[in-house]
Amino acid sequence: MTAGATPLAPAAAPRRRGIPDSALGVAGLAGLVAMLELIPRAGLADSRFLPPFSQMASALADQLDSPAFWQALGSSLRGWALGLAIAMGAGVVLGIVIGSIPALRAATTSTIEFLRPIPSVALIPLVVLLFGSDMRSTLILVVYASFWQILVQVLYGVADVDPVARDTARSYRFSPWAQVRTVIWPTALPYVMTGFRLAAAVALILEITGELVIGSPGLGKSIAVAQSSGAVTTMYALVIVTGLIGVAVNLIARRAERRVLRWHPSVRGEVPA
Amino acid sequence: MTSTIGVARRSESSLLIAWAKRALLVLGLPIVLIVAWWLATANSTSFYWPPLRTILEVFGATWFEGRMGTDVAPSLVRLGAGYALALVLGVTVGVAVGSSPTLRAVVEPVLEFFRAIPPPVLVPVLILFAGIGDGMKVLVIVSGAIWPILLNTVEGVRSIDEVLRDTARCYRFRRRARLLHLVLRGASPQIVTGARQALSIAIILMVISEMFAATNGLGFSIIQFQRSFAIPQMFSGIILLGLIGVALSLLFRVVESRAMAWHRGLHHTQRGGN
Repeated sequence: MTAGATPLAPAAAPRRRGIPDSALGVAGLAGLVAMLELIPRAGLADSRFLPPFSQMASALADQLDSPAFWQALGSSLRGWALGLAIAMGAGVVLGIVIGSIPALRAATTSTIEFLRPIPSVALIPLVVLLFGSDMRSTLILVVYASFWQILVQVLYGVADVDPVARDTARSYRFSPWAQVRTVIWPTALPYVMTGFRLAAAVALILEITGELVIGSPGLGKSIAVAQSSGAVTTMYALVIVTGLIGVAVNLIARRAERRVLRWHPSVRGEVPA
Repeated sequence: MTSTIGVARRSESSLLIAWAKRALLVLGLPIVLIVAWWLATANSTSFYWPPLRTILEVFGATWFEGRMGTDVAPSLVRLGAGYALALVLGVTVGVAVGSSPTLRAVVEPVLEFFRAIPPPVLVPVLILFAGIGDGMKVLVIVSGAIWPILLNTVEGVRSIDEVLRDTARCYRFRRRARLLHLVLRGASPQIVTGARQALSIAIILMVISEMFAATNGLGFSIIQFQRSFAIPQMFSGIILLGLIGVALSLLFRVVESRAMAWHRGLHHTQRGGN
């Protein structure tokens, strides 16, 4: 690898070139597209399995014209948003309640540590039995997977509350609600947003997975249908769409995090840099 | 410090009480939940919710009489192979990308895109190339688990302390020593974080790849039980899968605390020093 050959260059000259990073990034993406176009055309990969990029793009354009695609996209996004919202609400409320009552926290730690690593896909057969290929099946998977991400972050956040601030609030006889609002919530908020960002990505994965495996309506199901009917270019087009949604979800979550925390020192500190 | 001395001086009976208290805190709620499940389903005649007793009765017969070798072992071998491969590839490529700002700028958007693709959608794509054999399943696990490792390694290599870099250069570290003692060690806290995320993704993909197209494996058997309406067996499979998930995450924590003991010590001293 070239990593060993040029070990001294990066630290020595961090700003030595005129080309901005964004241009290099665009070049990288263009390189990927060119590779996807040329490899099948040159016969390096079977074009039945890996069609050239131009065909994927035209399949994608066809999809954009079909109402079925928009319906599938709509139900995927709806399921994702609903699952994330439920997990967020439950995770934040339970996290604050459990986190601010020490006895409750001590009693639940082992249970949380045990339930969290259970892979959510283990629930697939159960939800299929209960709800069939209904939207609710996938929703349960999404909620289960993203709930733990948020709950654990909220618990960290509540544990991080400054003891002096908490004792001060208590001395002034703040009501429990006022304590949550003025002391716990501002401290926990950065953690809540981290949990939100992680959960948003996990929820999308489980939403698409559920549709793919269970067959509830959405993009995942469209991919499964395209695969079983041999529509390889359509399948690739849909995979690209899911990747783009993933990128969008990451960007939106990161932007939401910065916006909600714009008062917070960790975000304010980044501005001058 | 004072608390350790206090504990040492305390009489044995109060020590015992402290232990009992801890055991109660750790085991209390799980036992309550299991008992609640047991009682709630004890006389259950519902087809979907068989009594917990029935589930536990079929557990042994289902898994320990043959399936351990024909289904569970192949699943775990594929998981191990895929995870190990993802680890090696992710760290290698991550170090290469993280060491060169230009390379990083070029490939970062591409990597972000691949990471954002929900890994299970790659199952149908990889079936095209690799059929439905073991190779496909290992490939699926690698293709999903590699991204957190790779991106965290890049981040870790990038954020190595400048002073350490300069020191290594002043002492004229050779390439090998530099890689081992500066780059890999400096990036290891982030690599471990990535490896932990990758483990849960790898387990998910192990199950998914077997649910899709397989002739054996844990995911395959669970789906098979569900389709043949062998409900207690299906529940026992879900429990086994949960136990495997928990066991692997415990194993990871043990390995992590061994391998990263130096880092925790360092972190602790730096905090105490300031």
